[in-house]
Amino acid sequence: MSSELFTLTYGALVTQLCKDYENDEDVNKQLDKMGYNIGVRLIEDFLARSNVGRCHDFRETADVIAKVAFKMYLGITPSITNWSPAGDEFSLILENNPLVDFVELPDNHSSLIYSNLLCGVLRGALEMVQMAVDVKFVQDTLKGDGVTEIRMRFIKRIEDNLPAGEE
Amino acid sequence: MIGALPSPPPLPRFSGTHAHNPGVFLEYKLMYGMLFSIRSFVSKMSPVDMKDGFLAFQTSRYKLHYYETPTGVKVVMNTDLGVGPIRDVLHHIYSGLYVELVVKNPLCPLGQTVQSELFRSRLDAYIRSLPFFSARAG
Repeated sequence: MSSELFTLTYGALVTQLCKDYENDEDVNKQLDKMGYNIGVRLIEDFLARSNVGRCHDFRETADVIAKVAFKMYLGITPSITNWSPAGDEFSLILENNPLVDFVELPDNHSSLIYSNLLCGVLRGALEMVQMAVDVKFVQDTLKGDGVTEIRMRFIKRIEDNLPAGEE
Repeated sequence: MIGALPSPPPLPRFSGTHAHNPGVFLEYKLMYGMLFSIRSFVSKMSPVDMKDGFLAFQTSRYKLHYYETPTGVKVVMNTDLGVGPIRDVLHHIYSGLYVELVVKNPLCPLGQTVQSELFRSRLDAYIRSLPFFSARAG
């Protein structure tokens, strides 16, 4: 599939959401929600195709996200930087973001997080492998920054729950 | 039988029994509890970092083969004792059938009984095509 089609489709999606929701905050929330729904399924496709096993720690997770997952789905390999001392936060630096080819943010949408779908995807996918994370954009080339930076923070491990009624 | 966390796998069995039959549902709950306990036991007993962990167990009557993904999807197949390791078969059921036909279908809700007729018929055809499948048993 051509990358132009993908970029234009994503652009049409965001534009339509902007028409439907009128304010940027709501659009951001919708993008995150849609991304989440994609992520919970995408992780299964990822595991089926990449044969990657369970990651043992957050550093390994970061490596797999940047070097395998981003490569597989978006054809880019972000770099991993800015680890927190506790090892529970890191940044992904994207030199180029295929979602924003040809895109310019107009002035009346300055708080729109255009690629927020990606945050939802990462959050949904990791939740399915028992990791609760917080994902957000801290720099965006669409807003004039030099690079696009996504900050990922590990919140907690989600425990395996036995269904109610079983001991 | 395939299941995804958090609820036990309410998937109609290969033989086509209806999932809402209470007897069958009880069997699923028992099996889920047993598998959960065995998995937990294996991970505690393992002296090294578990790569594949619990693979299979057998009794004098049957052998149960187990495959679990990091997302908690479990593929379980019961065969007779003559069948060797079938990890690649279980992996194919996950990647070639479950992921392709259920996960990628936005109309199939996850975490519940799989209603997809296409999934059931392809799964059926796949099982029947396996070298260790015997038409007598089906």
